[in-house]
Amino acid sequence: MVEEVKPRVKVPKSAAAGEVVTIKALISHSMESGQRKDKDGSLIPRKIINRFTCDLNGVNIVDVAIEPAVSTNPYFEFDAKVDAAGDFKFTWYDDDGSVYEDVKPIAIG
Amino acid sequence: MNLNRRKALTLGIGGIAFAAIPGLSSAATVEELTAAFTAGATPGTGGITLTTPEIAENGNTVPVSVDAPGAVAIMLLASGNPEPAVATFAFGPGAGRQFAATRIRLAKTQDVFAMAKMADGSIVQAQTTVKVTIGGCGG
Repeated sequence: MVEEVKPRVKVPKSAAAGEVVTIKALISHSMESGQRKDKDGSLIPRKIINRFTCDLNGVNIVDVAIEPAVSTNPYFEFDAKVDAAGDFKFTWYDDDGSVYEDVKPIAIG
Repeated sequence: MNLNRRKALTLGIGGIAFAAIPGLSSAATVEELTAAFTAGATPGTGGITLTTPEIAENGNTVPVSVDAPGAVAIMLLASGNPEPAVATFAFGPGAGRQFAATRIRLAKTQDVFAMAKMADGSIVQAQTTVKVTIGGCGG
């Protein structure tokens, strides 16, 4: 089964210098917990996003260690302080080694 | 059960299979996770707000948020889940506020814990009980 992993991130287009903005980040992912069984009673192997990070201009905002108890399509909301214009970089790390990235610019003004 | 386990082992996921068998659980317990996070400090109260719904109709996606001003890291635990660890948020210098919200799975009605580690190493803890109508661990 090919699964489409698609990040969806909400960031304000602009902020005043020093303003704290709220960021919402979601990625479509089944987050297979490793607890479920298929029709034959065999366990479905775990496959989750195990880490999520967000940086602004190379400065870390949040780094989340994720366990299987986080829901399908993991969603995170958090606050970032914007001192200068630049790019938010979002990174998700999959159990299978895949890394998914998204970048959102923010302007000052 | 044995058949399942054998099948699972042949698939090379023995560890996960063990975790799913009650009593043989290899998942870290609440105590172990707490000890690792607190490094021996006794959790205090206050300075941390954990917001959860009182009743979650669907345990597959329960919104939770936690706010702990001045924290360097926040750990969420679900004491009644097969694996109590939920997520650990580490806040970097760019964080505007030590706040995070996410959606979690809860297997049954249980206590949810949030622990925050402050910059000086002290720990504060908050706890809420969530009633779960439909469990969120499948199978």
